[in-house]
Amino acid sequence: MTPVRASIAGAVASLILILVVVELVRGRRLKERYALLWLVTGIVLLVLSLWREGLNTIAGWLGVTSYPPAVLFAVATLFIFLVLLHYSTVISRLTDENVDLAQRIALLEERLSRERQPEG
Amino acid sequence: MTRVAAIVPAWNESGAIGAVVDEILAFDSGTTVVVIDDASSDDTAEVAERHGALVLRLPFNVGIGGAVQTGFRYARDEGYEVAVRLDGDGQHVASELGKLLGPIRAGNADFVVGSRFVDPGGGYRPPFARRMGIRVFARLVSLLGGQKVTDTTSGFTALSRAGIELFAVEYPHDYPEVEATLVALRSGLRLSQVQVEMRERQAGTSSITFVRSLYYIVKVMLALLVASLRRYPHLEAARR
Repeated sequence: MTPVRASIAGAVASLILILVVVELVRGRRLKERYALLWLVTGIVLLVLSLWREGLNTIAGWLGVTSYPPAVLFAVATLFIFLVLLHYSTVISRLTDENVDLAQRIALLEERLSRERQPEG
Repeated sequence: MTRVAAIVPAWNESGAIGAVVDEILAFDSGTTVVVIDDASSDDTAEVAERHGALVLRLPFNVGIGGAVQTGFRYARDEGYEVAVRLDGDGQHVASELGKLLGPIRAGNADFVVGSRFVDPGGGYRPPFARRMGIRVFARLVSLLGGQKVTDTTSGFTALSRAGIELFAVEYPHDYPEVEATLVALRSGLRLSQVQVEMRERQAGTSSITFVRSLYYIVKVMLALLVASLRRYPHLEAARR
């Protein structure tokens, strides 16, 4: 069975995560679309921390018998992977968009300088 | 008369770029020499301009592939029918351009690669490790692309209008040559190879240092595998 103190610690940590994310979004320092995965992470961890029987049941399915809170770690790790992978795709897209913009600037500046000083 | 754009990526090549531009214009003064200055910290752009090149200045360094692609976009937007691509360090000999342009002008190819290895008796003998690398990439691209290629790492190439249009939208951003060859084959470009001589570099250092070669190999391998899983628009219909 999950120790009560582990459940409390898990719930407090999840709540802090949720509150920090909401505060960052409120202050416009985090966009909703990037906050979403973090919020889901916080909510799932909060539910698993408070719903002690559920955590035990899931731990049972996974064969984790000695220490059910290990499932909390596993779930948290999984979500961190998801968030990081999501960020990698975002960075890749931004890189491509950045290069595209740099190329457009180079092309436009050349055209602009040609129009400013017509040859002849 | 077909309009030819010579695309020359350059990053900190002020020592070599002037001669490169002169040489291309000496080969054919009707060529538009497009130098893409990849945010050099020296006066590469000014030197190129003084020698009669049209200079595209990237606001920050985007790497060789992104720089070359800027040139392809220029050639596409300005309606050039043919593009050739030479390195900014002087290792590609402009007087060899005639060999590259031949198959394009004859309408027999869309993508002509100046290879150092078409002719087995050619004089170029790179160091062992590099020779092996070049051979492995050539085998892999031949296998995945369905046509035998001997040198996929050469940046000395010529393109038809169809090739320009493909590379203007589809060109890898770092270490682009090997992957671009496969993309060209899978998109239905007609590839042809001609034997060319190349020079030892005149100034600057190769972008492929010993430390980077491992990343180079792994990145290119991954890119080739992914490129062979992707679908590319087949250009058969677009070609004249």
